Amino acid sequence: MGGQQRVYNQKIRSTETLKKMFRAMELIAASRISKARERAGQAAPYTRAITRAVSAVATHSNVEHRLTTERTDTNRVAMLVVTADRGQAGAYSATVLREAERLRDVLRADGKEVALYVAGRRGVSFYTFRNVEMVQTWTGDSDNPKVGVADDIADTLLHAFGAPPEEGGVAELHVVYTRFRSMVSQEPRVIRMLPLEVVEGVAEPGEGLLPLYEFEPGEVEVLNALLPRYIRSRIFNALLQSAASELAARQRAMRAAVDNAEDLIRMYTRLKNTARQAEITQEISEIVSGADALAAS
Amino acid sequence: MPLNVEVVAPDRVLWEGEATSVSAPAADGSMGVLAGHQPVLSVLRPGRVVVTPVQGESVELEVDGGFFSVDHDQVTIVLDASAAAALDSVG
Repeated sequence: MGGQQRVYNQKIRSTETLKKMFRAMELIAASRISKARERAGQAAPYTRAITRAVSAVATHSNVEHRLTTERTDTNRVAMLVVTADRGQAGAYSATVLREAERLRDVLRADGKEVALYVAGRRGVSFYTFRNVEMVQTWTGDSDNPKVGVADDIADTLLHAFGAPPEEGGVAELHVVYTRFRSMVSQEPRVIRMLPLEVVEGVAEPGEGLLPLYEFEPGEVEVLNALLPRYIRSRIFNALLQSAASELAARQRAMRAAVDNAEDLIRMYTRLKNTARQAEITQEISEIVSGADALAAS
Repeated sequence: MPLNVEVVAPDRVLWEGEATSVSAPAADGSMGVLAGHQPVLSVLRPGRVVVTPVQGESVELEVDGGFFSVDHDQVTIVLDASAAAALDSVG
């Protein structure tokens, strides 16, 4: 067998190995995505309960809370970017990071100092490479976020929101994550989480009027207990949505990779056949001309 | 008319069903809820939530934080993550 054929055989074999790996990753992502969606579904009752309770307090009282009031004593703002831990998810992390960079530019143009909080290894390496300082990072389990991590993130950010300016307090919190709309459509989203905007708007329509609640021990205490939980649940929800989006993006990217590997294999096979045919043709013409030369002598 | 009870944790629903009574450690002391209770929104202290279902044995949960709401015989008990983690055995 000629040298060229051997090279093509090698390429076909290695592409086939890659294809197997891509296929496996596609299947893994596909099986995890249903779990991720299930988890998002299981978290929904909690989010609904909290949202309803917050709306109830907001509609029946005019209590001012520190989480709903604008801070004017500092121009530092916090930004939480939710990315993936691993690559091979197509443009997933790149899309989120592009959106984050856009927001960072806007905030800086407004004369604000941006404090970065990053979840997911891809985001961390993106900013490390660019020498951008990060205040805190969380890595691991980006495709299977735990409540504990969400609580930790939320508590850190709530603490920063409550801290005085000289200790790195922030006046706003923006969250950049990816919303899972469907298996084929995920979009990066930017929300301003703190200070909380008009909370009345969060009540789901068609639920009827909220009853006149009696608050125990008092409106302020109830709000104090509710709002941090509301933030935690919003952040947990952002993590869950991002996880589902990451898996969907990975599944799609891996399917495309499998298709491309198949294309490559087909092309190499064709080239290999051409090479083999060329070799045979050459051998025949050598034999024939050799025989001709012998007959002529 | 029975109460509609829902016990939820951040990542899942812990218990759901109809009950005749619920008792929970409210901010100002333990509070018992029967059908027709006025709407209440209360912070939970650490303590024990007891749900007496229409059928079957009563369900007891140790909680260390959260809140609960009563509204038109719909009782929602919202637990914190740490409390829920300890209750993994509860179906």
